[in-house]
Amino acid sequence: MARLSLSAPLDVRLLDKGLSVGEALAAFNAAHGEAGGIVSFLGKVRPDGDVKALELSHYEKLTLAGMKDLAQAAYDRFNLVGALAWHRIGMMRPGEPIVLVATAARHRRNAFEAADYLMDHLKSAAWFWKRERRSDGWHWIEPRDRDRIDLERWK
Amino acid sequence: MGVRILFLGPLRDLAGEQEREVPGPLDWAGLLEAVGPAIAEQLNEERVNVACDGKVMADKTVLAARDGDEVALLPPVSGG
Repeated sequence: MARLSLSAPLDVRLLDKGLSVGEALAAFNAAHGEAGGIVSFLGKVRPDGDVKALELSHYEKLTLAGMKDLAQAAYDRFNLVGALAWHRIGMMRPGEPIVLVATAARHRRNAFEAADYLMDHLKSAAWFWKRERRSDGWHWIEPRDRDRIDLERWK
Repeated sequence: MGVRILFLGPLRDLAGEQEREVPGPLDWAGLLEAVGPAIAEQLNEERVNVACDGKVMADKTVLAARDGDEVALLPPVSGG
């Protein structure tokens, strides 16, 4: 199998089907030999009550561009060596990966903080709309106060 | 070629369609009229954004879309 090729220092993608975490992180590690540490976060569709499926929609003209700006902001702010931000769109089932973030830095603190920063912003400031299917039909997911508070931490 | 209005997220359900084409030019008053009262009510809320030609407007009420432009109606994004 050919090794996955990543763009460096930033690799930002919207994926319409499943992602291989191990493969992505191996490639990310290989791409950033000068890093002293790598932090990764994998977000999954939470197995929650009677949620059968989650559907994520986006807006072609804004979503990916916004994610790229965000990765660049994290890169600058935390003095990163590299960052990866992959987000699923389309239909997912509970337990499936929805977002993968990885950050590489000379020192671990920057990598931890940058991953946290990326996730807070992907959750509440990126152009995604989610709806979930329960036994009684589809429900749109509203913004939560918690997400807004998380975002405030970085202001 | 007119102005394409795109309904994103929950606004799609409210509109009953994903997009609609209207003759340009299109300003804020024209947009409110074109989308009907239920969507117009949402648009008047601060938390609903409008993008014209791929750029989110700082002030949506100064909308001036021309033929060929895409006007996207962006409800607040979901948390998680």
